[in-house]
Amino acid sequence: MAAVILSARALTRHFGGLRAVDGVDFDLHQGDIHALIGPNGAGKTTFVGLLSGRIPAQSGTITLAGEDITRLPAHARVRKGIAYTFQITSVYPRLSVFDNVALAVQQGTDRDLGPAVMAALSRVNLADRAEQTAGTLSYGHQRLLEMGMGLALRPRILILDEPTQGLASGEIANFKALIRSLVPETTVLLIEHNMDVVMDLATRITVLNLGQHLATGTAAEIRANPAVQDAYLGGHHAAD
Amino acid sequence: MKVWILHVAVLLALLVLLLVLPAYHATNLARIMVLAVFAIGYNLAFGYTGLLSLGHALFFAAGVYGAALPVTYLGFAQLPALIAGLVAGAVMAGLTGLLALRTAGVSFMIVTLMFAQAGYLSLLYFGEVTGGDEGLVLPGAAGLIPGLSADAARTTIAYGLFALALIASLLLVRGRFGRTMVAMRENEERSRMLGYNPFAVKLAALVLSGLFAGASGAAYALLFGYAGASFATIQYSILPMLWVLMGGAGTVLGPLIGTAAMFYLVDIAGSYTTATLLFVGVALVLLILFAPRGILGTIRERWLPWLP
Repeated sequence: MAAVILSARALTRHFGGLRAVDGVDFDLHQGDIHALIGPNGAGKTTFVGLLSGRIPAQSGTITLAGEDITRLPAHARVRKGIAYTFQITSVYPRLSVFDNVALAVQQGTDRDLGPAVMAALSRVNLADRAEQTAGTLSYGHQRLLEMGMGLALRPRILILDEPTQGLASGEIANFKALIRSLVPETTVLLIEHNMDVVMDLATRITVLNLGQHLATGTAAEIRANPAVQDAYLGGHHAAD
Repeated sequence: MKVWILHVAVLLALLVLLLVLPAYHATNLARIMVLAVFAIGYNLAFGYTGLLSLGHALFFAAGVYGAALPVTYLGFAQLPALIAGLVAGAVMAGLTGLLALRTAGVSFMIVTLMFAQAGYLSLLYFGEVTGGDEGLVLPGAAGLIPGLSADAARTTIAYGLFALALIASLLLVRGRFGRTMVAMRENEERSRMLGYNPFAVKLAALVLSGLFAGASGAAYALLFGYAGASFATIQYSILPMLWVLMGGAGTVLGPLIGTAAMFYLVDIAGSYTTATLLFVGVALVLLILFAPRGILGTIRERWLPWLP
Protein backbone atom coordinates (compact mmCIF):
# COMPACT_ATOMS: atom_id res chain seq x y z
CA MET A 1 0.00 0.00 0.00
CA ALA A 2 1.27 3.45 -0.93
CA ALA A 3 2.38 5.88 1.75
CA VAL A 4 -0.18 8.01 3.59
CA ILE A 5 0.08 11.59 2.30
CA LEU A 6 -2.73 13.23 4.25
CA SER A 7 -4.28 12.00 7.45
CA ALA A 8 -6.77 13.18 10.03
CA ARG A 9 -7.09 11.97 13.60
CA ALA A 10 -10.15 12.55 15.78
CA LEU A 11 -11.03 15.53 13.59
CA THR A 12 -13.97 17.43 15.04
CA ARG A 13 -16.09 20.43 14.20
CA HIS A 14 -19.44 21.21 15.76
CA PHE A 15 -21.73 24.06 14.73
CA GLY A 16 -23.70 24.81 17.89
CA GLY A 17 -25.41 21.53 18.69
CA LEU A 18 -24.83 20.10 15.21
CA ARG A 19 -21.98 17.60 15.16
CA ALA A 20 -21.02 18.24 11.55
CA VAL A 21 -17.73 16.34 11.85
CA ASP A 22 -17.34 14.28 14.99
CA GLY A 23 -14.04 12.56 15.72
CA VAL A 24 -13.19 11.33 12.23
CA ASP A 25 -10.03 9.32 11.52
CA PHE A 26 -9.02 9.33 7.87
CA ASP A 27 -6.01 8.38 5.73
CA LEU A 28 -5.40 9.43 2.15
CA HIS A 29 -2.84 7.29 0.30
CA GLN A 30 -0.47 8.66 -2.30
CA GLY A 31 -1.79 8.15 -5.84
CA ASP A 32 -5.31 7.13 -4.88
CA ILE A 33 -8.56 8.40 -6.27
CA HIS A 34 -10.41 8.48 -3.01
CA ALA A 35 -14.15 9.16 -2.99
CA LEU A 36 -15.99 10.56 0.01
CA ILE A 37 -19.63 9.57 0.06
CA GLY A 38 -22.51 9.71 2.48
CA PRO A 39 -26.10 10.91 2.73
CA ASN A 40 -26.90 14.63 2.62
CA GLY A 41 -25.79 16.28 5.84
CA ALA A 42 -23.19 13.59 6.56
CA GLY A 43 -20.52 16.29 6.96
CA LYS A 44 -18.60 15.69 3.74
CA THR A 45 -18.21 19.33 2.72
CA THR A 46 -17.33 20.36 6.28
CA PHE A 47 -14.78 17.55 6.42
CA VAL A 48 -12.93 18.63 3.26
CA GLY A 49 -13.30 22.22 4.47
CA LEU A 50 -11.33 21.18 7.55
CA LEU A 51 -8.71 19.40 5.44
CA SER A 52 -8.27 22.41 3.14
CA GLY A 53 -8.29 24.91 5.99
CA ARG A 54 -11.38 26.83 4.91
CA ILE A 55 -12.96 25.87 8.24
CA PRO A 56 -10.79 25.80 11.38
CA ALA A 57 -10.73 22.52 13.25
CA GLN A 58 -12.18 22.45 16.74
CA SER A 59 -10.05 19.52 17.86
CA GLY A 60 -8.07 16.69 16.35
CA THR A 61 -5.04 16.83 14.08
CA ILE A 62 -4.33 16.92 10.35
CA THR A 63 -0.94 15.89 9.00
CA LEU A 64 0.40 16.34 5.48
CA ALA A 65 3.24 13.90 4.74
CA GLY A 66 4.00 13.74 8.45
CA GLU A 67 3.85 17.48 9.07
CA ASP A 68 1.17 18.82 11.40
CA ILE A 69 -0.86 21.38 9.43
CA THR A 70 -3.87 21.60 11.76
CA ARG A 71 -3.29 25.28 12.57
CA LEU A 72 -2.06 26.34 9.12
CA PRO A 73 -4.32 28.89 7.33
CA ALA A 74 -5.94 27.82 4.07
CA HIS A 75 -3.68 29.83 1.75
CA ALA A 76 -0.58 28.31 3.34
CA ARG A 77 -1.98 24.79 2.85
CA VAL A 78 -2.59 25.57 -0.82
CA ARG A 79 1.05 26.55 -1.10
CA LYS A 80 2.00 23.23 0.48
CA GLY A 81 0.14 21.44 -2.30
CA ILE A 82 -3.49 20.97 -1.21
CA ALA A 83 -5.72 22.42 -3.93
CA TYR A 84 -9.44 22.78 -3.46
CA THR A 85 -12.15 23.30 -6.03
CA PHE A 86 -15.47 24.68 -4.97
CA GLN A 87 -18.81 22.88 -4.96
CA ILE A 88 -20.50 25.99 -6.32
CA THR A 89 -18.33 27.03 -9.24
CA SER A 90 -16.18 29.91 -8.12
CA VAL A 91 -14.21 31.43 -10.98
CA TYR A 92 -13.53 35.15 -11.49
CA PRO A 93 -16.47 35.89 -13.81
CA ARG A 94 -15.26 39.32 -14.96
CA LEU A 95 -11.72 38.21 -15.82
CA SER A 96 -10.66 36.36 -18.94
CA VAL A 97 -10.24 32.59 -18.91
CA PHE A 98 -6.51 33.21 -19.37
CA ASP A 99 -6.31 35.46 -16.31
CA ASN A 100 -8.25 32.98 -14.20
CA VAL A 101 -5.69 30.28 -14.85
CA ALA A 102 -2.75 32.72 -14.78
CA LEU A 103 -3.66 33.54 -11.19
CA ALA A 104 -3.00 29.90 -10.33
CA VAL A 105 0.05 29.48 -12.57
CA GLN A 106 1.82 32.58 -11.26
CA GLN A 107 1.92 30.98 -7.81
CA GLY A 108 4.45 28.54 -9.24
CA THR A 109 7.95 29.03 -10.54
CA ASP A 110 7.23 29.60 -14.24
CA ARG A 111 9.08 32.64 -15.54
CA ASP A 112 6.99 32.81 -18.68
CA LEU A 113 3.27 32.70 -17.88
CA GLY A 114 1.85 32.41 -21.40
CA PRO A 115 2.92 28.86 -22.36
CA ALA A 116 2.25 27.47 -18.88
CA VAL A 117 -1.26 28.91 -18.85
CA MET A 118 -2.03 27.58 -22.32
CA ALA A 119 -0.74 24.15 -21.33
CA ALA A 120 -3.04 24.12 -18.29
CA LEU A 121 -5.97 25.24 -20.46
CA SER A 122 -5.23 22.51 -23.01
CA ARG A 123 -5.54 19.85 -20.33
CA VAL A 124 -9.16 20.87 -19.77
CA ASN A 125 -9.84 21.61 -23.47
CA LEU A 126 -10.34 25.33 -23.00
CA ALA A 127 -7.29 26.59 -24.91
CA ASP A 128 -9.42 28.05 -27.72
CA ARG A 129 -11.40 30.10 -25.21
CA ALA A 130 -8.49 31.80 -23.45
CA GLU A 131 -9.61 35.33 -24.36
CA GLN A 132 -13.23 34.81 -23.43
CA THR A 133 -14.64 36.40 -20.26
CA ALA A 134 -15.05 33.58 -17.75
CA GLY A 135 -18.57 34.63 -16.75
CA THR A 136 -19.80 34.05 -20.30
CA LEU A 137 -18.72 30.39 -20.38
CA SER A 138 -21.35 27.68 -20.18
CA TYR A 139 -21.78 25.97 -16.82
CA GLY A 140 -19.90 22.88 -17.91
CA HIS A 141 -17.01 24.96 -19.19
CA GLN A 142 -16.90 26.93 -15.94
CA ARG A 143 -16.57 23.65 -14.05
CA LEU A 144 -13.71 22.69 -16.36
CA LEU A 145 -12.10 26.09 -15.78
CA GLU A 146 -12.42 25.55 -12.04
CA MET A 147 -10.63 22.21 -12.49
CA GLY A 148 -8.01 23.84 -14.70
CA MET A 149 -7.28 26.41 -11.99
CA GLY A 150 -6.86 23.65 -9.43
CA LEU A 151 -4.57 21.66 -11.73
CA ALA A 152 -2.51 24.73 -12.64
CA LEU A 153 -1.43 24.92 -9.01
CA ARG A 154 0.32 21.55 -9.65
CA PRO A 155 -1.03 20.23 -6.37
CA ARG A 156 0.06 17.08 -4.54
CA ILE A 157 -3.54 16.63 -3.45
CA LEU A 158 -6.56 17.80 -5.42
CA ILE A 159 -9.80 18.05 -3.45
CA LEU A 160 -12.95 18.19 -5.60
CA ASP A 161 -16.35 18.97 -4.13
CA GLU A 162 -19.05 17.39 -6.33
CA PRO A 163 -17.17 17.95 -9.59
CA THR A 164 -19.72 16.24 -11.86
CA GLN A 165 -22.76 18.07 -10.54
CA GLY A 166 -24.59 19.61 -13.46
CA LEU A 167 -22.40 18.05 -16.14
CA ALA A 168 -23.86 16.29 -19.18
CA SER A 169 -23.04 12.59 -19.60
CA GLY A 170 -20.49 13.26 -22.36
CA GLU A 171 -18.77 15.77 -20.13
CA ILE A 172 -18.68 13.23 -17.29
CA ALA A 173 -16.80 10.77 -19.50
CA ASN A 174 -14.21 13.44 -20.27
CA PHE A 175 -14.01 14.29 -16.59
CA LYS A 176 -13.29 10.68 -15.64
CA ALA A 177 -10.55 10.46 -18.25
CA LEU A 178 -9.04 13.68 -16.95
CA ILE A 179 -9.02 12.46 -13.35
CA ARG A 180 -7.42 9.14 -14.33
CA SER A 181 -4.67 11.04 -16.15
CA LEU A 182 -3.74 12.89 -12.95
CA VAL A 183 -2.80 9.91 -10.77
CA PRO A 184 -0.44 8.78 -9.40
CA GLU A 185 1.48 12.10 -9.42
CA THR A 186 -1.51 13.86 -7.92
CA THR A 187 -3.68 12.29 -5.26
CA VAL A 188 -7.39 12.98 -5.72
CA LEU A 189 -10.02 13.27 -3.01
CA LEU A 190 -13.52 13.85 -4.29
CA ILE A 191 -16.96 14.25 -2.83
CA GLU A 192 -19.37 12.70 -5.29
CA HIS A 193 -23.05 11.86 -5.36
CA ASN A 194 -23.06 10.13 -8.73
CA MET A 195 -22.56 6.46 -7.72
CA ASP A 196 -21.64 5.38 -11.25
CA VAL A 197 -18.76 7.83 -11.19
CA VAL A 198 -17.72 6.73 -7.70
CA MET A 199 -17.80 3.00 -8.41
CA ASP A 200 -16.05 3.43 -11.75
CA LEU A 201 -13.37 5.90 -10.71
CA ALA A 202 -12.53 5.49 -7.05
CA THR A 203 -9.72 3.21 -5.92
CA ARG A 204 -10.87 3.69 -2.35
CA ILE A 205 -14.09 4.94 -0.80
CA THR A 206 -14.82 6.43 2.61
CA VAL A 207 -18.39 6.67 3.88
CA LEU A 208 -19.38 9.36 6.36
CA ASN A 209 -22.69 9.34 8.21
CA LEU A 210 -23.92 11.94 10.71
CA GLY A 211 -20.44 13.41 10.99
CA GLN A 212 -18.81 10.08 11.80
CA HIS A 213 -16.62 7.68 9.90
CA LEU A 214 -18.66 4.66 8.86
CA ALA A 215 -16.43 2.60 6.59
CA THR A 216 -13.44 2.73 4.26
CA GLY A 217 -12.58 0.25 1.53
CA THR A 218 -12.66 -0.61 -2.14
CA ALA A 219 -15.83 -0.31 -4.17
CA ALA A 220 -16.62 -4.01 -3.67
CA GLU A 221 -16.02 -3.85 0.07
CA ILE A 222 -18.22 -0.80 0.44
CA ARG A 223 -21.01 -2.41 -1.59
CA ALA A 224 -20.91 -5.46 0.65
CA ASN A 225 -20.81 -3.54 3.93
CA PRO A 226 -24.17 -3.90 5.72
CA ALA A 227 -23.72 -0.75 7.79
CA VAL A 228 -23.20 1.27 4.64
CA GLN A 229 -26.25 -0.29 3.05
CA ASP A 230 -28.30 0.66 6.08
CA ALA A 231 -27.11 4.22 6.18
CA TYR A 232 -26.93 5.07 2.57
CA LEU A 233 -27.39 2.71 -0.31
CA GLY A 234 -30.99 1.71 0.21
CA GLY A 235 -31.90 0.49 3.67
CA HIS A 236 -32.37 -3.19 2.71
CA HIS A 237 -29.54 -5.64 3.18
CA ALA A 238 -28.43 -7.37 0.04
CA ALA A 239 -29.12 -10.69 1.75
CA ASP A 240 -32.73 -9.80 2.62
CA MET B 1 1.46 47.56 -27.97
CA LYS B 2 -1.44 49.96 -28.54
CA VAL B 3 -1.65 50.33 -24.77
CA TRP B 4 1.87 51.73 -24.67
CA ILE B 5 1.28 53.95 -27.72
CA LEU B 6 -1.80 55.43 -26.03
CA HIS B 7 -0.07 56.18 -22.74
CA VAL B 8 3.05 57.62 -24.34
CA ALA B 9 0.78 59.73 -26.56
CA VAL B 10 -1.03 61.05 -23.49
CA LEU B 11 2.29 61.96 -21.88
CA LEU B 12 3.44 63.73 -25.07
CA ALA B 13 0.13 65.60 -25.31
CA LEU B 14 0.57 66.80 -21.73
CA LEU B 15 4.07 68.00 -22.59
CA VAL B 16 2.78 69.96 -25.58
CA LEU B 17 -0.02 71.47 -23.46
CA LEU B 18 2.51 72.58 -20.84
CA LEU B 19 4.55 74.32 -23.53
CA VAL B 20 1.71 76.09 -25.35
CA LEU B 21 -0.74 76.90 -22.55
CA PRO B 22 -0.68 80.35 -20.92
CA ALA B 23 1.02 80.49 -17.54
CA TYR B 24 -2.20 80.35 -15.52
CA HIS B 25 -3.36 77.13 -17.12
CA ALA B 26 0.12 75.62 -17.13
CA THR B 27 0.27 76.09 -13.37
CA ASN B 28 -3.20 74.58 -13.07
CA LEU B 29 -2.02 71.63 -15.09
CA ALA B 30 1.02 71.22 -12.82
CA ARG B 31 -1.32 71.15 -9.84
CA ILE B 32 -3.60 68.64 -11.58
CA MET B 33 -0.69 66.36 -12.42
CA VAL B 34 0.60 66.34 -8.83
CA LEU B 35 -2.88 65.64 -7.46
CA ALA B 36 -3.44 62.99 -10.15
CA VAL B 37 -0.52 61.09 -8.63
CA PHE B 38 -2.55 61.02 -5.40
CA ALA B 39 -5.55 59.78 -7.39
CA ILE B 40 -3.43 57.08 -9.07
CA GLY B 41 -2.41 55.89 -5.63
CA TYR B 42 -6.00 55.91 -4.38
CA ASN B 43 -7.04 54.00 -7.48
CA LEU B 44 -4.56 51.20 -6.72
CA ALA B 45 -6.28 50.57 -3.39
CA PHE B 46 -9.87 51.36 -4.34
CA GLY B 47 -10.13 50.74 -8.07
CA TYR B 48 -7.91 47.67 -8.38
CA THR B 49 -7.87 46.03 -4.95
CA GLY B 50 -11.38 47.02 -3.85
CA LEU B 51 -10.27 48.72 -0.62
CA LEU B 52 -12.65 51.63 -0.04
CA SER B 53 -10.60 53.84 2.27
CA LEU B 54 -11.76 57.10 3.79
CA GLY B 55 -8.37 57.75 5.31
CA HIS B 56 -6.09 58.62 2.43
CA ALA B 57 -5.76 62.21 3.68
CA LEU B 58 -3.51 60.70 6.35
CA PHE B 59 -1.12 59.29 3.73
CA PHE B 60 -1.21 62.49 1.68
CA ALA B 61 -0.52 64.57 4.81
CA ALA B 62 2.25 62.15 5.79
CA GLY B 63 3.85 63.03 2.47
CA VAL B 64 3.25 66.76 2.99
CA TYR B 65 4.83 66.79 6.44
CA GLY B 66 7.31 64.03 5.70
CA ALA B 67 8.82 66.52 3.25
CA ALA B 68 8.05 69.80 5.01
CA LEU B 69 9.38 68.97 8.48
CA PRO B 70 12.87 67.89 7.33
CA VAL B 71 13.07 70.97 5.09
CA THR B 72 12.03 73.30 7.90
CA TYR B 73 13.89 71.78 10.85
CA LEU B 74 16.72 69.71 9.39
CA GLY B 75 17.58 71.80 6.37
CA PHE B 76 16.90 68.99 3.90
CA ALA B 77 17.30 69.79 0.21
CA GLN B 78 14.21 69.33 -1.94
CA LEU B 79 14.97 65.98 -3.53
CA PRO B 80 15.80 64.13 -0.28
CA ALA B 81 12.70 65.79 1.22
CA LEU B 82 10.56 64.41 -1.60
CA ILE B 83 11.91 60.92 -0.93
CA ALA B 84 11.33 61.34 2.82
CA GLY B 85 7.75 62.33 2.01
CA LEU B 86 6.96 59.34 -0.13
CA VAL B 87 8.54 56.99 2.41
CA ALA B 88 6.44 58.64 5.12
CA GLY B 89 3.30 58.02 3.06
CA ALA B 90 4.15 54.34 2.57
CA VAL B 91 5.07 53.80 6.23
CA MET B 92 1.91 55.50 7.43
CA ALA B 93 -0.18 53.36 5.07
CA GLY B 94 1.61 50.24 6.32
CA LEU B 95 0.97 51.06 9.97
CA THR B 96 -2.65 51.96 9.29
CA GLY B 97 -3.14 48.83 7.19
CA LEU B 98 -1.72 46.51 9.85
CA LEU B 99 -4.62 47.50 12.08
CA ALA B 100 -7.36 48.61 9.67
CA LEU B 101 -7.08 45.58 7.36
CA ARG B 102 -8.31 43.37 10.17
CA THR B 103 -11.67 44.79 9.10
CA ALA B 104 -13.37 44.94 5.72
CA GLY B 105 -16.14 46.82 3.93
CA VAL B 106 -17.94 49.48 5.93
CA SER B 107 -15.84 48.82 9.04
CA PHE B 108 -12.70 49.42 6.99
CA MET B 109 -14.09 52.77 5.83
CA ILE B 110 -14.84 53.82 9.39
CA VAL B 111 -11.53 52.65 10.84
CA THR B 112 -9.49 54.40 8.14
CA LEU B 113 -11.59 57.54 8.63
CA MET B 114 -10.86 57.44 12.37
CA PHE B 115 -7.13 57.04 11.77
CA ALA B 116 -7.15 60.02 9.43
CA GLN B 117 -9.06 62.14 11.93
CA ALA B 118 -6.59 61.14 14.64
CA GLY B 119 -3.80 62.22 12.31
CA TYR B 120 -5.45 65.58 11.66
CA LEU B 121 -6.00 66.23 15.37
CA SER B 122 -2.41 65.25 16.09
CA LEU B 123 -1.19 67.83 13.58
CA LEU B 124 -3.26 70.47 15.39
CA TYR B 125 -2.15 69.25 18.83
CA PHE B 126 1.51 69.54 17.89
CA GLY B 127 0.85 72.93 16.30
CA GLU B 128 4.12 74.42 17.56
CA VAL B 129 6.00 72.02 15.31
CA THR B 130 3.56 71.54 12.43
CA GLY B 131 2.20 75.07 12.26
CA GLY B 132 -1.30 73.66 12.78
CA ASP B 133 -3.95 75.46 10.78
CA GLU B 134 -1.57 78.18 9.72
CA GLY B 135 0.93 75.69 8.47
CA LEU B 136 4.53 76.08 7.43
CA VAL B 137 5.76 78.18 4.52
CA LEU B 138 8.42 76.41 2.48
CA PRO B 139 10.97 77.84 0.04
CA GLY B 140 8.84 76.89 -2.97
CA ALA B 141 9.86 76.00 -6.49
CA ALA B 142 12.23 78.89 -7.22
CA GLY B 143 15.77 77.65 -7.84
CA LEU B 144 14.74 73.98 -7.84
CA ILE B 145 16.23 73.54 -11.27
CA PRO B 146 19.14 75.92 -11.96
CA GLY B 147 18.43 78.29 -14.84
CA LEU B 148 14.64 77.77 -14.77
CA SER B 149 12.07 80.13 -13.33
CA ALA B 150 9.91 78.94 -10.43
CA ASP B 151 6.98 78.29 -12.78
CA ALA B 152 9.05 76.34 -15.28
CA ALA B 153 10.75 74.29 -12.57
CA ARG B 154 7.39 73.51 -10.99
CA THR B 155 5.77 72.30 -14.19
CA THR B 156 8.86 70.30 -15.15
CA ILE B 157 9.01 68.46 -11.83
CA ALA B 158 5.25 67.95 -11.71
CA TYR B 159 5.37 66.49 -15.20
CA GLY B 160 8.30 64.21 -14.38
CA LEU B 161 6.62 62.92 -11.24
CA PHE B 162 3.33 62.32 -13.02
CA ALA B 163 5.00 60.54 -15.93
CA LEU B 164 6.87 58.27 -13.52
CA ALA B 165 3.71 57.53 -11.55
CA LEU B 166 1.68 56.79 -14.66
CA ILE B 167 4.25 54.42 -16.14
CA ALA B 168 4.78 52.74 -12.77
CA SER B 169 1.06 52.18 -12.30
CA LEU B 170 0.71 50.88 -15.86
CA LEU B 171 3.53 48.37 -15.34
CA LEU B 172 2.09 47.40 -11.98
CA VAL B 173 -1.49 46.73 -13.04
CA ARG B 174 -0.45 44.86 -16.19
CA GLY B 175 1.95 42.66 -14.22
CA ARG B 176 1.45 39.73 -11.91
CA PHE B 177 0.78 41.77 -8.81
CA GLY B 178 -1.84 43.81 -10.68
CA ARG B 179 -3.65 40.59 -11.56
CA THR B 180 -3.43 39.52 -7.92
CA MET B 181 -4.91 42.83 -6.72
CA VAL B 182 -7.84 42.55 -9.13
CA ALA B 183 -8.39 38.94 -8.05
CA MET B 184 -8.62 40.08 -4.44
CA ARG B 185 -11.23 42.66 -5.44
CA GLU B 186 -13.25 40.20 -7.51
CA ASN B 187 -13.29 37.15 -5.23
CA GLU B 188 -11.27 37.11 -2.03
CA GLU B 189 -12.26 33.58 -1.00
CA ARG B 190 -11.26 32.13 -4.36
CA SER B 191 -7.94 33.95 -4.18
CA ARG B 192 -7.30 32.50 -0.74
CA MET B 193 -7.87 29.02 -2.16
CA LEU B 194 -5.33 29.75 -4.89
CA GLY B 195 -2.75 30.29 -2.16
CA TYR B 196 -2.88 34.09 -1.81
CA ASN B 197 -2.77 35.52 1.68
CA PRO B 198 -5.52 38.16 1.52
CA PHE B 199 -4.08 40.22 4.37
CA ALA B 200 -0.60 40.33 2.84
CA VAL B 201 -1.88 41.23 -0.64
CA LYS B 202 -4.13 44.00 0.65
CA LEU B 203 -1.40 45.36 2.92
CA ALA B 204 1.06 45.49 0.01
CA ALA B 205 -1.53 47.26 -2.16
CA LEU B 206 -2.24 49.77 0.58
CA VAL B 207 1.46 50.48 1.10
CA LEU B 208 1.89 51.08 -2.63
CA SER B 209 -1.15 53.31 -2.57
CA GLY B 210 0.32 55.24 0.37
CA LEU B 211 3.61 55.56 -1.47
CA PHE B 212 1.91 57.35 -4.37
CA ALA B 213 -0.17 59.47 -1.98
CA GLY B 214 2.96 60.39 -0.03
CA ALA B 215 4.87 61.30 -3.19
CA SER B 216 1.99 63.52 -4.27
CA GLY B 217 1.72 65.21 -0.87
CA ALA B 218 5.46 65.80 -0.69
CA ALA B 219 5.57 67.25 -4.21
CA TYR B 220 2.55 69.43 -3.54
CA ALA B 221 4.16 70.90 -0.43
CA LEU B 222 7.55 71.40 -2.07
CA LEU B 223 6.33 72.78 -5.40
CA PHE B 224 3.68 75.11 -4.05
CA GLY B 225 5.64 76.08 -0.96
CA TYR B 226 3.15 75.32 1.78
CA ALA B 227 2.36 72.58 4.32
CA GLY B 228 -0.66 72.78 6.60
CA ALA B 229 -2.96 70.65 8.72
CA SER B 230 -5.76 71.35 6.23
CA PHE B 231 -4.19 68.70 3.97
CA ALA B 232 -5.14 66.10 6.60
CA THR B 233 -8.83 67.02 6.74
CA ILE B 234 -11.49 64.62 5.52
CA GLN B 235 -11.79 66.67 2.35
CA TYR B 236 -8.48 65.18 1.21
CA SER B 237 -9.82 61.67 1.77
CA ILE B 238 -12.99 62.34 -0.19
CA LEU B 239 -11.37 64.20 -3.10
CA PRO B 240 -9.25 61.33 -4.47
CA MET B 241 -12.30 59.08 -4.28
CA LEU B 242 -14.30 61.60 -6.33
CA TRP B 243 -11.50 62.00 -8.86
CA VAL B 244 -11.20 58.24 -9.28
CA LEU B 245 -14.97 57.72 -9.49
CA MET B 246 -15.27 60.44 -12.09
CA GLY B 247 -12.37 59.27 -14.23
CA GLY B 248 -13.13 55.57 -13.85
CA ALA B 249 -12.11 53.28 -11.00
CA GLY B 250 -9.74 50.54 -12.09
CA THR B 251 -8.47 52.36 -15.19
CA VAL B 252 -4.90 53.65 -15.53
CA LEU B 253 -5.74 57.02 -17.11
CA GLY B 254 -8.98 57.53 -15.16
CA PRO B 255 -7.33 59.31 -12.22
CA LEU B 256 -5.81 61.96 -14.51
CA ILE B 257 -9.06 62.52 -16.38
CA GLY B 258 -11.10 62.66 -13.18
CA THR B 259 -8.70 65.02 -11.42
CA ALA B 260 -8.59 67.37 -14.41
CA ALA B 261 -12.36 67.29 -14.93
CA MET B 262 -13.12 67.96 -11.27
CA PHE B 263 -10.46 70.67 -11.05
CA TYR B 264 -11.85 72.61 -13.98
CA LEU B 265 -15.44 72.01 -12.90
CA VAL B 266 -14.66 73.74 -9.60
CA ASP B 267 -12.54 76.38 -11.35
CA ILE B 268 -15.22 77.32 -13.87
CA ALA B 269 -18.06 77.14 -11.35
CA GLY B 270 -15.97 79.36 -9.07
CA SER B 271 -16.11 82.21 -11.56
CA TYR B 272 -19.92 82.32 -11.22
CA THR B 273 -20.63 81.38 -7.62
CA THR B 274 -19.00 80.55 -4.31
CA ALA B 275 -21.17 77.42 -4.04
CA THR B 276 -18.75 75.32 -6.11
CA LEU B 277 -19.40 72.16 -4.10
CA LEU B 278 -22.96 72.24 -5.42
CA PHE B 279 -21.62 71.74 -8.93
CA VAL B 280 -19.39 68.93 -7.73
CA GLY B 281 -22.41 67.30 -6.09
CA VAL B 282 -24.60 67.60 -9.17
CA ALA B 283 -21.83 66.23 -11.37
CA LEU B 284 -21.47 63.24 -9.07
CA VAL B 285 -25.19 62.51 -9.00
CA LEU B 286 -25.29 62.63 -12.80
CA LEU B 287 -22.25 60.40 -12.96
CA ILE B 288 -23.69 57.77 -10.62
CA LEU B 289 -27.00 57.82 -12.50
CA PHE B 290 -25.71 57.71 -16.05
CA ALA B 291 -22.10 56.51 -15.96
CA PRO B 292 -21.42 54.65 -12.71
CA ARG B 293 -18.14 53.35 -14.10
CA GLY B 294 -16.82 56.87 -14.61
CA ILE B 295 -15.70 58.52 -17.81
CA LEU B 296 -13.00 56.08 -18.86
CA GLY B 297 -14.78 53.06 -17.34
CA THR B 298 -17.77 53.77 -19.57
CA ILE B 299 -15.57 54.24 -22.64
CA ARG B 300 -13.86 50.92 -21.87
CA GLU B 301 -17.16 49.14 -21.43
CA ARG B 302 -18.71 50.48 -24.63
CA TRP B 303 -15.89 50.92 -27.09
CA LEU B 304 -12.37 50.09 -25.96
CA PRO B 305 -12.30 46.82 -24.00
CA TRP B 306 -8.50 46.64 -24.21
CA LEU B 307 -7.96 49.71 -22.02
CA PRO B 308 -5.94 48.80 -18.91
